[in-house]
Parts: sequence; structure tokens; C-alpha cells
Amino acid sequence: MKMHKASLFALYAVLELASDPERQLSATDIADKYGISTHHLAKVLRTLVRSKLVQAVRGAGGGYRFTGVINRTTLLDVIELFETLESDLDAPGPRAQEGEAVVEELQSITREIDGLTRAVLDTITLETALNGARQRARINAQG
Amino acid sequence: MTDQVTIRNARQSDFDAVIVLDLVGDPADKPAYWNSIFDRYVTAARAGRIFLVAEQSGEVIGFIVGEVRAWEFGSEPCGWVFALSVSPRSREMGVGQLMLTEMCRRLKKAGVATVRTMVDRENKLTLSFFRSQGLRSGRYVELEKPLDDF
Repeated sequence: MKMHKASLFALYAVLELASDPERQLSATDIADKYGISTHHLAKVLRTLVRSKLVQAVRGAGGGYRFTGVINRTTLLDVIELFETLESDLDAPGPRAQEGEAVVEELQSITREIDGLTRAVLDTITLETALNGARQRARINAQG
Repeated sequence: MTDQVTIRNARQSDFDAVIVLDLVGDPADKPAYWNSIFDRYVTAARAGRIFLVAEQSGEVIGFIVGEVRAWEFGSEPCGWVFALSVSPRSREMGVGQLMLTEMCRRLKKAGVATVRTMVDRENKLTLSFFRSQGLRSGRYVELEKPLDDF
């Protein structure tokens, strides 16, 4: 699976903001932390605001804060704001009828893979992902 | 909330409560299924077979069943959790976590280092719960096939 950049940036932003829903962060704060383009992240944040996962706080000291439900929102909920996750079997047509069965079989296999991918991403909530990240941070800190 | 919840071994007298808590499958099939489970995991309990219930104020509000399984397709002995349910009105209070933690403690005591389970991929509630407890896709892949052609 190759996730689009926008999906990845959205996950960075949502997880960062959801880790402390009281805190407000600017696009630059988040972009600097993950070494990504502020300009691209700002566009991603606009989509997150429209989806109501994130709120833009205007004025001095403004920024973004998380407004979703941390134990209900899954990674898939965030990713699907930016892409469908359906594998694109770029089979050029038209083809001879004899080739149809092979193409159908390959399409069936990609659907199987897509189903597994969705089953993983749709059952990991932001809370679970953050708990996992915190546990990793603790282990890393212990050396 | 969970400080009022007790996790204990299932007893034969829990039979009716477990059937009510089991929200999966055809209700008509439940008594026969649970009779066989109680026979093997409660009445004839052996080391490595674990059937626990969560009790609050004398009421059974959840159950979990697991066992040690070994050498299926070369697998080292591991713990298998094959049934888990919490009463809908007692959910999101940590009851499932208490039961799974106790199950894992007992499985480890029984000598295994890994716990496994299998959940319908459409069962988002249970899958999310196991994920939240740190379970991930393992090295064994479940495969299936309809037997219409046989």
C-alpha cells in the first residue's frame, strides 16, 4: 500500500492535535515536527477543518485544535478524506475475451488485499494509535 | 467503575447469564454450544482451559473463554481467546480489559508467550477492542473456502 502524501500529513496532524485536544498548534508547528511542507499541510488542514475533525482558531495565538472523538475516529476515517484505498489495477483494454479471466482473477486478488488493508485501518482508533506511539516513546527513552 | 467488578472462574450457575450475554450467532443453537463449552471448560476444567466471568453486584456482566493450543501447523503453544462479550450497558468501563488482562496473566502462567484470537473483519467493535489492547495481525493467516463443490 502506498499512502498518498496528503493522507500521511493528515494522520500526522490529527494524531499530533488529538494527543492533547486542549492544545492549539499552527501548521508550522506540526510541519516542523515532522519535517514536511507547511504549504502542503495547510491545504490538508483545510480539509480536516471541513470534516470537523479539526477546528481552526483565529486570532493571535490561534492555530488548530482537535475536535473529533479520539476513541471513535479511526485511521481509515482520516485517510478516506483524501483517497479511496482501492487498488487500481491499471489493465489496458480492450483485450481478447481469453484474457478476461486472468484480469478478473487479478482484480479479485487486489480486492482481497484491499479488504485486509481496510480491516486493519478501520479498527485502529486515534486513541489506540496514540497509545502505541506513547509506548514506543517510552521504550525508546529507556534505550 | 471497574473497582466494583470481580473477575472469577465461571461456574455452572453462570450458564443462563452467559447465553444472554452471547450476542453472536443463532439463538436456537446457543444452549447446545454453551453446554459443550461449559462441559469442557467449567465442569471438566483442566490447566490451560480458562473460562472467566466479570461480576458486578452479583450480576454477570461479561465473559471470556480461552485455552492453550499447540502445534497447529507448526505453531508453538500459544493462548487462544475464542469468545468474549460484555453486556452492552457495561461497555466502555474497562470490563473487557480487566477480563483480557486476567486471561493473559493466566495464559502466561500456563507457559505460553503469545495470545491469539480470530474475529470477523466486519466486527469492528471487537476488533477495535483487541487492537486497543495491543493485538496485531500475526504471522498466521486465516484462509477459507466455500465447500459448495464437494
